[in-house]
Amino acid sequence: MMRVSFTVNGKDHEVAAPPMKRLLDVLRDDLALTGVKEGCGEGECGACTVVMDGLLVLSCLVPICQVEGKHVTTIEGLAASGHLHTVQKAFLENGGAQCGICTPGMILSAAYYLDHPDEARDIREALAGNQCRCTGYTRIFESIKAASS
Amino acid sequence: MTFQTIGKSLRRKEGFLKVTGHSVYADDLRLENCLYGKTIRSTVPHAKIKEIRFKDGIPWDEFTIVLPSDIPGLNAVTLIDAEQPFLAEREIRHVAEPVALIAHRDKHLVEKARHFVHVDVEELPAVLTMEEALERNNVFKSYLVQNGDPSEKWNEADVIVEETYRTGAQEHLYIEPQAMIANTIPGESVTVWGSMQCPYYVQKALAPLFDLSHENVRVVQTETGGGFGGKEEYPNMIAGHAALLSWKAGRPVKMIYDRREDMWATTKRHPSKIRVKAAFKRDGTLVALDIDILLDGGAYPTLSAVVLSRATLHAWGPYKCGHTRVRSRVVMTNSVPYGAFRGFGAPQAIFAIEMHMNRAALELGIDPVEIRRKNFLHQGDQMPTGQVIREKIDLEMMMDRALELSGYHRKRADFEQFNAQSRPHRKGIGLSVFFHGSGFTGSGELRLASELSMALTGQGGVEVFAANVEYGQGTNTVLTQIAAEACRIDPDLVMIHQPDTSAVPNSGPTVASRTTMVVGKLVERAALELRKRLKEPTDFEASARQYLAEHGELRITVQYEPSSDLHWDDEKYRGEAYAGYAWSCDVAEVEVDAVEYMARVTNFVSVVECGRVINPLLAAGQIEGGIAQGIGFALYENVVLEQGAMKNNQFTNYIIPTTADTPDIHVNFVEFPHSNPGPYQAKGIGEMPIDGPAPAIGSAVAHALGGRFINELPLLPERIMDVVESL
Amino acid sequence: MSFQVVTPYSLDEALGALASGEKLVPLAGATDLMVYMEAGTLAPCRFLNLQELDELKPTLSVNGSLTLGAMTTYRDVRVSPIREQFPMLAWAAREVGALAIQSRGTWAGNVANASPAADGVPALMAYDAEIDLWSKKERRRVPLAKFYRGYKEMDRRPDELIAALHLPLPQPGWVDYYRKVGTRRFQAISKTLLAGRILLDADRAVRDIRMVFASIAPYTLRAVQTEAIVRGRELTPEVIEEAAQAIQDEIHPIDDIRSTETYRRRVTSNLVRDFLSL
Repeated sequence: MMRVSFTVNGKDHEVAAPPMKRLLDVLRDDLALTGVKEGCGEGECGACTVVMDGLLVLSCLVPICQVEGKHVTTIEGLAASGHLHTVQKAFLENGGAQCGICTPGMILSAAYYLDHPDEARDIREALAGNQCRCTGYTRIFESIKAASS
Repeated sequence: MTFQTIGKSLRRKEGFLKVTGHSVYADDLRLENCLYGKTIRSTVPHAKIKEIRFKDGIPWDEFTIVLPSDIPGLNAVTLIDAEQPFLAEREIRHVAEPVALIAHRDKHLVEKARHFVHVDVEELPAVLTMEEALERNNVFKSYLVQNGDPSEKWNEADVIVEETYRTGAQEHLYIEPQAMIANTIPGESVTVWGSMQCPYYVQKALAPLFDLSHENVRVVQTETGGGFGGKEEYPNMIAGHAALLSWKAGRPVKMIYDRREDMWATTKRHPSKIRVKAAFKRDGTLVALDIDILLDGGAYPTLSAVVLSRATLHAWGPYKCGHTRVRSRVVMTNSVPYGAFRGFGAPQAIFAIEMHMNRAALELGIDPVEIRRKNFLHQGDQMPTGQVIREKIDLEMMMDRALELSGYHRKRADFEQFNAQSRPHRKGIGLSVFFHGSGFTGSGELRLASELSMALTGQGGVEVFAANVEYGQGTNTVLTQIAAEACRIDPDLVMIHQPDTSAVPNSGPTVASRTTMVVGKLVERAALELRKRLKEPTDFEASARQYLAEHGELRITVQYEPSSDLHWDDEKYRGEAYAGYAWSCDVAEVEVDAVEYMARVTNFVSVVECGRVINPLLAAGQIEGGIAQGIGFALYENVVLEQGAMKNNQFTNYIIPTTADTPDIHVNFVEFPHSNPGPYQAKGIGEMPIDGPAPAIGSAVAHALGGRFINELPLLPERIMDVVESL
Repeated sequence: MSFQVVTPYSLDEALGALASGEKLVPLAGATDLMVYMEAGTLAPCRFLNLQELDELKPTLSVNGSLTLGAMTTYRDVRVSPIREQFPMLAWAAREVGALAIQSRGTWAGNVANASPAADGVPALMAYDAEIDLWSKKERRRVPLAKFYRGYKEMDRRPDELIAALHLPLPQPGWVDYYRKVGTRRFQAISKTLLAGRILLDADRAVRDIRMVFASIAPYTLRAVQTEAIVRGRELTPEVIEEAAQAIQDEIHPIDDIRSTETYRRRVTSNLVRDFLSL
């Protein structure tokens, strides 16, 4: 077991955990932040996407020993002071969420893309790491277009 | 007729929780003293079980272990029949078959312990192909639909086209794996919470397992992260396993499959082999059709009989043909059992008939559009079951609209010119026209006899009590809109009760594109009945509150009533197979790369008629999702089988289309709301979108390849390669 | 035994730990190792967490050559101006999973993981990358093209750490080519892949060439024989065809769950044709 200090959604946390415990499990089990989802456990589906030190990461592939001193944002931290983030609002209004299981990761990736439009050639590349089995992506693209305008 | 709520793109009712990450899925539930359960499974396809050994290295005394001898009641999953054991007792019939259960409070230890259980077996010969199963006459179910006699017509035909089509298994790949939590009072009652489509199916399966009355088995659906049929019958199994462990441990037990186990052990779409023989006149008129359908059912019957039924009843496509014969069989192999998957047999059958029409057009030298115009069904025509199309349909108009929206004719010519020169890729365009029956087949709805309740709420609104679940497709929102419209209240005043068998009546399973049409109709009827009880108030809210103040409560229950003009003969397979049909025309454009032989869909148009569209935003979203899944079925999704079980059982190795592989999808609704059986003349839409993409894409690829058809799905580059190289 | 982690805070400490004789698995971005752990294919071991080592920090410095610090990620390259000089690095970086993998996955990790299907290694090899291998005993530099010896076998001793990668600055006139043939557009593992570079004379004769392939041999393969066939010759259709045939003798593709040997062979020849028909 090791002790790791880091912030999640602006709050300081210290957890005691095996060093290779996945950030995903720490968030869900230790901090009860269940908005982060596990879809595959091998870094393919994107459901466990969170933001760490400003970058998108897959929390199933981040061992907690590498989170010391880092700043993590999850879907629960996106709606600041009770107001939905523009992207959340756009997903709600434009049918961007269906079953909802990919939605937290998808929204974090979408928000990242809107903040860093130069890091992908288009929406399709920006979201290629977030798999959705319900929407066919059309409404997700519509949501992001709405959020960006 | 003008509506307040119907036809409006209301926001998804539970959408706020979903976009904020606050929805509660099964794995998000935390129970005190919970154990984690795992399944011990066979690794051989057919064998006698000799002994199950728990090897040293694990503190087995800390574990809860369930063997068949621990089962208090019937060791079989009660579904249509009760043949599939919860735990194989003597004989293993497929790889990944459950043989024992273990549970421990340490999630990681239980995962490790799984590898310390050894199943000693005596292997038996396994049947792993449909052909071999057929030779041995291992047939679960067969049907025959005949109208006229095609065998007399082959001589009169100008052209006979005969081909065999194959489709592979398809994995649902819902993003939330199978998940169930059970808590029991041993000897008394069982409660399960989990990811599922059909709470009452789970109750029906668990009551005999524990020898309990139905009331003592409570089943609660938690937010469900996709299902697509994969959470129709499989949850019975995992719920039974979690409950058995809990029954023995006297503590709650959580079972969450990891992705590999989920893909390896759970159901998939039935692989198919379909032979189509069709006779045409020179002008394209279809005169005879003979279709032979073969499905692989896997090791246990599950829902194969009804999947085969739907395949059979969709086999002829939207065409008129006086002489049709469809024979169908589903066989038993030693593969992991195949089960429900969106489309339920129809996608396989529609792939065959629609590819065949396109190929026939080529052989007749006429355009695929014209061969369809010659043969389309119209109002008043008969299907081979004798069912007369009473609703208004206009397939010509729908097809014309799809052709126009896609620029079909222009592109067809342009692409042929384009392909005539040597290019880094070739282009093609193709279409499909198809229908999908809404609700259960034949007398199925009559047997289900669904019930639904509605009650007044203190806010002056209503609460709907139904067993139909939200799993992304929009149940909550659509039922809300129907209730709001019928009551004439604000949709915010409609509440949908969580599906919980202790609180909601059995309104049937959430399958078969039946929720909007069949269950929605019950909502409408219940709402109208409430209005009647309130004496048709002008102000529903005020009247409701007043009624509650005076009487305490008002809750009414309605039951499915069949239309008097629907008749179905299960013996002869004749009559009204479905109460309503939705219709559609798809046009797909593809590019086939000359270096890597990969086909890619570049544009997709779908014109859809599903009666009145209750919520256009949600309906379009559901259709787009079905199309993307259909694109996967057509091009990417290849279940590699080893000993009848999925070998590429990883997200990395089972390829579904990502954002970058999904084209712009254009959905266009045509509404003929006329005498349809659903609420406000709405019909089902959940499954139909997956029926059309494969043949449209398959035909587009054939167009790109200068008329060379590939009859087997998925159209992997490895399959396209040989054709390109021979050009 | 479970998985353990040692986190050194200085290079001496790290190299000392590696020299102790205990088997340590260096842990960089963790994007491969976490997958193996979760799949149960990695036996319990002790990891050497490289995250806190200043000497290995992400760097992209140009000083006669490009030096990539061992912790440099795909994203670091994608957003760096260095992509102008080394376009293929940026193209390759795009092909690794998707954005969230690129934030964490490292170039050095890609080299050390030694997957025959690596996306980054072929680009590095085509740029004649060299590897800095440091141990307590010595510091040596080996060419990446000679680093692999078999499936997951490489010229790295257990006491050595990949400290950096060096890429000579490309001379003007080289043309880069990178094409990954995957199972889908992104988030895919390659079935075959060609990272190529070519320098033509004024008369279109090939002055120099690199051709590096993935997924058609037990390790990333530089096709030196096929390169030799075209070097010094004009790229006529006959020469291109000769090269497309010659590559068949250098590759050893297999059938697996992702594709077939036949497909890999044909498409690899197609890639050679596509590359040389520039």
